[in-house]
Amino acid sequence: MRTDPILRVCNLSKRFGGVNAVYDVSFYLYEGETLGIIGPNGSGKSTLINLITGFVKPDSGKVYFRGRDITGITPDKAVSLGIARSFQLVRPFYNMAVYKNLVIPLYSPRVRKLKGGKYGDRDEVAIHLLEEVGFERDSQVPFKTAGTLPHGYMKRLELARCLSLQPEVVILDELFSGMSMSEIASMLPLLEKINREEGRTLIMVEHRLRELFRVVGKVIVLNFGMKIAEGTPAEVMEVEEVRKAYLGSEVEAGA
Amino acid sequence: MVKRGYRKERLDRGIKARSDDIFAIASWRETLYLILPRAAVIVSLLAFPLLKDVLGHYWQNVMLITCTIALLALSWDLLASVGLVSLGQALFFGVGAYLAGFLSRTFGWTPLLTIPASTVAGALLCTAILFPVLRLRGIYFGLITFALPLLMMRMIEATKILGGTEGLSGLPPLPDITFELYLVITAALVCAFGFKRLMDTDYGLVLRAIRDNDRSVLASGINIQWYKAQAVFIAALPGTFAGAFLTHHYQFVGMPAFALDFSILPLTSVVIGGAGTFAGAVLGAFILVPLSEVLRAFGTLRVVIYCSFLIIFTIGLPEGIFRFIERKYHQFERVVPLEEVRA
Repeated sequence: MRTDPILRVCNLSKRFGGVNAVYDVSFYLYEGETLGIIGPNGSGKSTLINLITGFVKPDSGKVYFRGRDITGITPDKAVSLGIARSFQLVRPFYNMAVYKNLVIPLYSPRVRKLKGGKYGDRDEVAIHLLEEVGFERDSQVPFKTAGTLPHGYMKRLELARCLSLQPEVVILDELFSGMSMSEIASMLPLLEKINREEGRTLIMVEHRLRELFRVVGKVIVLNFGMKIAEGTPAEVMEVEEVRKAYLGSEVEAGA
Repeated sequence: MVKRGYRKERLDRGIKARSDDIFAIASWRETLYLILPRAAVIVSLLAFPLLKDVLGHYWQNVMLITCTIALLALSWDLLASVGLVSLGQALFFGVGAYLAGFLSRTFGWTPLLTIPASTVAGALLCTAILFPVLRLRGIYFGLITFALPLLMMRMIEATKILGGTEGLSGLPPLPDITFELYLVITAALVCAFGFKRLMDTDYGLVLRAIRDNDRSVLASGINIQWYKAQAVFIAALPGTFAGAFLTHHYQFVGMPAFALDFSILPLTSVVIGGAGTFAGAVLGAFILVPLSEVLRAFGTLRVVIYCSFLIIFTIGLPEGIFRFIERKYHQFERVVPLEEVRA
């Protein structure tokens, strides 16, 4: 027997008005695994993330982190436990210098508890983190205001914000959207490093399937808020319902 | 068609660029460039109480009120830095004022004890009162803060506690006017520079981030409710201090402590001086309060002149006077022709 899953979601449901945004979704994930969540627009992927990370309270169902019930936890508590998420719509602090953006998460109780750090040190750590996610060293970019960054860099900044929290579970909501092919290609080794070397559990919501399948070992497919398939990328692609609901033309064109 | 135009170009002065760098401690000129404006303000404020024979009792009192309003304006500016726009600084003022009156009447404490006690206890009380509404944003928070002083005022009137409509009078005074002036001027200076300093630390950065984008702060693992409460506490300190101070100055506290003036004057001071700079809040108070005193000579027309002044400044100089002066100090402007634009 293996130990408890790091994350277990049981029969999670959420209604918005008359719409089932997420309906009876269950899955589990062991430490160090990677999971992709895919599905057509409006299928409840982002809501599922919001339910897990505490931004939205579920109507019913449970979320367990390392066997502990964390249903309806507040987002900051979720981070304190080690679950960090990025936003689909990038939300940097537009008026601050890029590296100062990372001082905020570095000031959080979680990071302070893990390794202390004083005023001033955080700036150094922030610049180092930016370098890690692909901001060129010795360039002026980390010192510009975040509002002036190109979109791809904002996405990297979002990723850096997640990583700065030293999370055990990293949840990335459409990290690749709006990134060019070469930008994505440069992100893939980093994601592998996060997962393989640092052993962080990775959950990715994505529309860019081909790139996603290079990173994740397991996929769940949502449609109209319900889980319609689960398995390895290859298995999922074979499911008739998945092809019909979502992949359709892309499978024929791509595979 | 070829259009030709001009644009205004702003450039940092050479001395500004040098002062930002290591030269600031290497050369007297650069050091003075940084210190002189601040030193001039501090010295002239501290010298003011010494001029009592020249200026007379009246202007000393005006100075006292000006500093009180400056403290409330600083309080407003700090709250606004966290994204909490308050329309009711009178709440802080009134709570501080009444606490000082209550402590002094009930326990017979000296003002030197009641002022610090009611400053801290008042700020805690205000934080507790505002805690449930901290999750509200924008105009909703503003409305609640607008209503709270009115509620307090009517509650005192209806329940006749704390002297009811009569208020509490005959409270012990502070030693003398020079002492009072130094106390309130020091408080304003400490708050203005202290708040500025606070907002430049990592802690202040978190507060500013909450204003900019609270969801990202949440996702960064920070409990924004707790930080907002801390900000309210810090912001309430100058407000409750101002209230407690004026209680002992007038040796009286009554329902006017929750009056609208104490909400509106600080707010307009910040708008005129420039929000987010703290120095602007003080500057605004130092323009508005003496101005409204000078305008007393015009009788009822005073309000008309006063309001026109406000409107002109809000439209003509929305960034605030302080930012305007700061820009002129640090940068020079020149008009340069645009490159040819084909339209």
